[in-house]
Amino acid sequence: MRTIEQTTEEILALAATHFKVPRAGLQAGDDFYKKLGIDSLQALELLTRLENHFGVELPDYEVQGVSDFHTLATRIQARL
Amino acid sequence: MDEYKGKSLSWRVTDGIVELRLDRAPANEIGLAMLEDLERFISALPALESKASALILYSEQKAGFSAGADLRELYTQAQKMEATAAARGIREFLNRIHAVLNRLDTSPLTTIAAVHGVCFGGGFELALVCDLIIADKMARFCFPELRLGLIPGFGGIPRLKRDLGNAVIRDLLLTGRSINATKALAVGLASQVAAEGEALRLARATAAQVTKFDRNTAAAAKQFIKPLPTEDLQREIELFCELFSRPAVMEGLRKFVEDASAHPYLP
Repeated sequence: MRTIEQTTEEILALAATHFKVPRAGLQAGDDFYKKLGIDSLQALELLTRLENHFGVELPDYEVQGVSDFHTLATRIQARL
Repeated sequence: MDEYKGKSLSWRVTDGIVELRLDRAPANEIGLAMLEDLERFISALPALESKASALILYSEQKAGFSAGADLRELYTQAQKMEATAAARGIREFLNRIHAVLNRLDTSPLTTIAAVHGVCFGGGFELALVCDLIIADKMARFCFPELRLGLIPGFGGIPRLKRDLGNAVIRDLLLTGRSINATKALAVGLASQVAAEGEALRLARATAAQVTKFDRNTAAAAKQFIKPLPTEDLQREIELFCELFSRPAVMEGLRKFVEDASAHPYLP
């Protein structure tokens, strides 16, 4: 099973690829709205990509108030 | 009219397939402009049905199939009116959109929604009138109405009841969460999942398949297996109108419209 560090790294890599930002510029504690320059519709897109990648369902209310990659990783980790 | 280009949508007929393209930036919100264009389409539909076997609904907007009712327009209009007039206006809008959706629901054409991106609220209800939903891998389906103190008002609940199990409907309605295409396929909401960007191609392939069958037989089969839930549709309108009169709804709309954060589409 993945560790939280692996999950976080996969999230960062996926976000960098799909939103075309340098991976090196992303940290676990970053606000993904600001760092990726996305709005809530694009956040839903990120959510879908993460669900597809990790093979989990992540209800969007689970990410209510979540804006950093690390907390997002803990939400996903809880469903692995 | 075999071809038409309006402010918010266009249509054409090719090889026995009608394609209705939704194209109102940013996310095909359903307000008066879209309603009027949809009514135009319904007026043209009998002539189109005489020369086609299938109808595909899809969106040209990157954000998705449709984000649902135009809440900004709804709030702005309701704010200008005193309560009784606003209530009358809402009921009139609902009656009009129901007439459109019911006509699409009962079309003898085999109807296919090619859904990508957001398919929320009224947009989800538009997809639900179709016989088949083909979901792009990145599609998301949601009924967020409870967040505004409302229920879906365009016929979504009766159509969900017709198509899905009650537990799934409760999950969607009572949590207001969105589900992805994989989940939609698993629960029987979507008939196929397409790779990203491929939903329209799969819809066209499915429509081409449908055109091989006798149109009258297909229409008779559809009428047999897909009853219009008329009573429930009317009850939904009544319940929606009752809920809309509550102060919490205008407050919910105000918050949505004035939300300057990046998060208005999240619960």
